[in-house]
Amino acid sequence: MKAIFVINGKDNVGTALDGLDEGQLVSVIGEAAIDEILLVESVRPEHKVALKNISSGEDILKYGMPIGYATRNIAPGEAVHLHNCASHYDERSNTLDNLTGAPTDIDYA
Amino acid sequence: MPEQITELEWTGYLRPDGRKGVRNITLVVYTVECSKFVAHSIAHGEENVHVIGFPGCYDNAYAIRILLALARHPNIGAVLTVGLGCEYTQPARISSVVEDSGRPTAHFFIQETGGTADSIDKGKRLVRQLREESMASAKRVSMGFRDLVVGSECGGSDATSGLAGNPVVGRFFDKLVDAGGIAVFEEIVEQIGLRDILLSRARDEVVRDLLGKTYDKAEHYCREVRQYSAAPGNFAGGLTTIEEKSLGAFAKSGSQPIEGVLKVAEKPPGTGLWLLDSVPDKHFMQFGYTNPNDSEGIMDLICSGAQIILFVTGRGSVIGSPIAPLIKVTGNSRTYSRLGGDMDFNAGRILSGELSLDEASVELAKLVASVADGAMSKAEELGHREYFIPYKHQDVPGLSEGCRPNMPST
Repeated sequence: MKAIFVINGKDNVGTALDGLDEGQLVSVIGEAAIDEILLVESVRPEHKVALKNISSGEDILKYGMPIGYATRNIAPGEAVHLHNCASHYDERSNTLDNLTGAPTDIDYA
Repeated sequence: MPEQITELEWTGYLRPDGRKGVRNITLVVYTVECSKFVAHSIAHGEENVHVIGFPGCYDNAYAIRILLALARHPNIGAVLTVGLGCEYTQPARISSVVEDSGRPTAHFFIQETGGTADSIDKGKRLVRQLREESMASAKRVSMGFRDLVVGSECGGSDATSGLAGNPVVGRFFDKLVDAGGIAVFEEIVEQIGLRDILLSRARDEVVRDLLGKTYDKAEHYCREVRQYSAAPGNFAGGLTTIEEKSLGAFAKSGSQPIEGVLKVAEKPPGTGLWLLDSVPDKHFMQFGYTNPNDSEGIMDLICSGAQIILFVTGRGSVIGSPIAPLIKVTGNSRTYSRLGGDMDFNAGRILSGELSLDEASVELAKLVASVADGAMSKAEELGHREYFIPYKHQDVPGLSEGCRPNMPST
């Protein structure tokens, strides 16, 4: 199912239920104020998509609650993940690879 | 009106302490890493014989409480304890506690038995005798959700875990509590960022205070060890921060009031929903990462008497557990088809609109009842029995804490 699921009406992000392609117009289901959104980049399954403009420093909201803050300005239809969202608590998460989540701060030499 | 689950009944095993089990397992307990190989060799190929043990030579009060709670678990019918002969942890004392609980038991040291081969032979003879005795003396009784303690854990979480997998367990927990049963959730380290939400679920002011202290300890602990409970697979699965993972993880607690906080190896003093605190308390030995993997948390849940474990995994973890059957729930339909041989329940059908959350929770309740009645979960069928008992310190809670009218003897 090509759709973005929104769990709470206050949220500024939704969850892609499947892999989504750049340029795709995707339906938004659940508790969203909007019915569809244009993807400005491809988004992997289970990853988040911005539903509106989010300014750098602003909280990312999911479940109606802050799950972190934007580390740069984010446009609607952009992927939201480690590259533009940081935890209020976990500093180590900022060192993780955006694609695989693998740590980059431990030396294997 | 949400559907109730009080009608479901099955046949269990009545133990002398009044608790009821859903299995009648003979447990081999080893008391040091050095007797692990012999313990596993004894159990190898033996039906209904599981193994747990503590690797350290130096004993640890926390680990001893776990061993004793597991050896007297309602799913356990008999216990064989195997030691090497040098270690601090005493097989004879474990067996003596098991004997007092009314279960057949035996123990020996490998060094006094003539080494590996003779110890395996002796151990196999003993577990067969113990199993026979426990089968012959088993009291079969009718059982329902009112007699059940269910523990919930998540591992290998992705974004579907918080949207479907954990919510269906939470809804099932609501029904379990309505049916007079006991629901236990843990992973306070996956409630980071949720202090207010957690406290708002307290039964009363005393519990609210206890939840606040428990939360603050967990947050402090994560900050001190500079590690939060989120792993590369969680991030690859679309979760970006510990706060996001926490919000999803907390969904498996459902919506009932929290009755109190249990420490590890403590039996819930009453029915309802309980938070299990597995975070270390202050001690001169800082034991490092002490919530290191999912198996550790699952053992803690089993220690509190959970006869069945619900394990939510979006990415697809394959682990199982000894003693209590583990049922795997995934909120990810792709994971369900990719790891079909490991997954028991597909909650992804909620996201695709096939099932409502309530319908899914009733279906899950029926699956729990059928596993309680003896049907094997996928992890049981595959023989997955991972366990992990670490060195740790927890203060044993006192009566002064207010929400523990019946302290366990462990």
